[in-house]
Amino acid sequence: MGAWLDESLTWGNALIFFLWGVILLTIVLGFVTYAIYFERKVIGWMQLRIGPNRVGPLGLLQTVADIFKLLIKEDTIPRKADRVLFILAPALAYVPAFAVLAVIPYTQDLYFADINVGLLYYVALSGISTIAIVIGGWASNNKYALLGGMRSAAQMISYEVPLVISVVGVVMMTGSLNLRLIGEHQGNWFWEWNFLPQIIGFVVFIIAAVSELNRTPFDLPEAESELVAGYHVEYSGFRFAFFMLTEYVYVYAIAALTTVLFLGGWHPPAPFLDFVPGIVWFLLKFSCIVFFLFWLRATMPRIRVDQLMGFGWKVLLPLAILNVFITALYLELFIKG
Amino acid sequence: MIRTEELLLNVGPQHPSTHGVFRIIVKLDGEVITEAIPVMGYLHRGTEKLAEDLNFTQIIPYTDRMDYVSAMTNNYVLCHAVETMMGLEIPERAEFMRLIVMELQRVASHLVWWGTYLLDIGAMSPFLYAFRDREIIIDLFNELCGARLTYNYMRVGGVKWDAPEGWLDKVRDFIPYMEKKLDEYNNLVGGNEIFLARIKGIGKYDAQTAIDYGLSGANLRCTGVDWDLRKAEPYSLYNRFEFDVPLGKTGDCYDRYLIRLEELRQSLRILKQALEQMPSSGEVMGKVPRVIRPPAGEVYVRIESPRGEIGCHIVSKGKAEPYRLKFRRPSFVNLQILPKLLVGETMTNLITILGGIDIVVGEVDA
Repeated sequence: MGAWLDESLTWGNALIFFLWGVILLTIVLGFVTYAIYFERKVIGWMQLRIGPNRVGPLGLLQTVADIFKLLIKEDTIPRKADRVLFILAPALAYVPAFAVLAVIPYTQDLYFADINVGLLYYVALSGISTIAIVIGGWASNNKYALLGGMRSAAQMISYEVPLVISVVGVVMMTGSLNLRLIGEHQGNWFWEWNFLPQIIGFVVFIIAAVSELNRTPFDLPEAESELVAGYHVEYSGFRFAFFMLTEYVYVYAIAALTTVLFLGGWHPPAPFLDFVPGIVWFLLKFSCIVFFLFWLRATMPRIRVDQLMGFGWKVLLPLAILNVFITALYLELFIKG
Repeated sequence: MIRTEELLLNVGPQHPSTHGVFRIIVKLDGEVITEAIPVMGYLHRGTEKLAEDLNFTQIIPYTDRMDYVSAMTNNYVLCHAVETMMGLEIPERAEFMRLIVMELQRVASHLVWWGTYLLDIGAMSPFLYAFRDREIIIDLFNELCGARLTYNYMRVGGVKWDAPEGWLDKVRDFIPYMEKKLDEYNNLVGGNEIFLARIKGIGKYDAQTAIDYGLSGANLRCTGVDWDLRKAEPYSLYNRFEFDVPLGKTGDCYDRYLIRLEELRQSLRILKQALEQMPSSGEVMGKVPRVIRPPAGEVYVRIESPRGEIGCHIVSKGKAEPYRLKFRRPSFVNLQILPKLLVGETMTNLITILGGIDIVVGEVDA
């Protein structure tokens, strides 16, 4: 893959890159379809229910049917909504969610873009989705949507900061922002992965990531028992599906990013397990994180908005900074010295 | 200079967390409520007026539909009022049957509250666990009287049906099961930091305020006022059993939560004793005239429903129909404190406080 990317651009390899993009898109859409199915099944089992089991064998086609239903639904735009922004918002949320996937490496050979500032690119682009949510909430001209949008803006800004600072430790240990190098830098024993030396950073990252995803216990922007549905309350049909897709694509992205940053990416937990291909390890760790995110949803109540702010600024941010400090101290005293 | 505006937000009647068709108009400054105006009456069916054209046996099904989460206690308050007026003797077994179904109903009702309250706070799973256990009670009632929600089980002078064979054993088996489940619930929710942070210190008021507003049930006892009609003015057979009335100290949502959970345990305790003392056979219907005509006069009786003091006031002119019938509905009375509690709270706490009061809209609007 690396060799391909270094070649000069011709019509031939432009077509190949395009095809790779399409393949990635298909994989991600497939993931979203079955992540929703998986989530509903897992939460169903945890809640003494069966989950989807009617459409197709074992209910496997349930999400497909749901998406089809959304496609053929009437597309309503409230009369008093800001039409342009209302239409723009779902697309604006969706595009960065997909764009961030470009920098994620799956094995040392399988990656789609080898950018030296990969991590920075991820963080910068994912921030754009916040704007889309605020726009969507505002353009709907609905009070619930507005409240949801505002909450989301406050939440994303508060948690973006600890999220970024928590990964600084990893960057310092690797000496690079390139996600492929960060993955490669971790060893073949599980204690050589970043999550143990960077345990504070890891915990802060996971909490901030759940918040970034707007998932329970941080699902305030769409808190259904208070704000009905939050920022997408006025959206229907495929525009709604776009917001939904965005959410799940970010689940994919965050799970993949956590795997690469902290869980050793494609490395096996012990060297003698090397015969199993790297992609299998990657998928295994990735699935565990996805499961963890779904599990949280069945367990946790929702935090209150002022508590959320306090937690982000007073607990997570100092912890993340402390982690940077400890990492710097460690590197200075033991590695360089 | 930034110009800010108050936001007038209409919560309900179609809102997932107003427990039915309750509506509240709130003025928001940011997320802080500056004024709250409850709007009631979306479920008003005129029960009290309708009752004036019905005889007493016909009114019983209407009481089922007031507090539909706790229909048995509603049945009882009407029958009890008529019996008090007429001075009827109730056979012991019938009274035991009534008491058992009322306490089972209290367990079922508190389970519904527990599940929906956590749903309001954002935790999904407890709702389904609570409904699993409530289902057992509902099945028991179904076996007893053929209905799952609106039982129409009690009659003036007794109950309609005796317990079917094996029914009491099923109740007996249910008690240890439920006690185990209560521990499980406590482990699942009781120590959750987020949950505690959400409800501790929220919706506080003191004992005097509670009494001034006429609150009853857990809403009153959370302030430390020892007032449970089962103890204070024992009706039915409650003076035969040992049980405690859990009291709170601070008067916040957390105390109300603890009290209701403890009441579940106490109900199970009463049930256990009731099953032991119950006569193994006997009549379930007293000697009642064919047409029930209470003597001219007035009566007011009150009992402890899961939501508080439910009262029934009958004015009779000696006819088969009441001249005037009035229910004191605890949900309606308890709700009156809501606008006072909400000022200065956030939108999120609105849901927490409303859920903590524990209303059933069918009873608020009657």
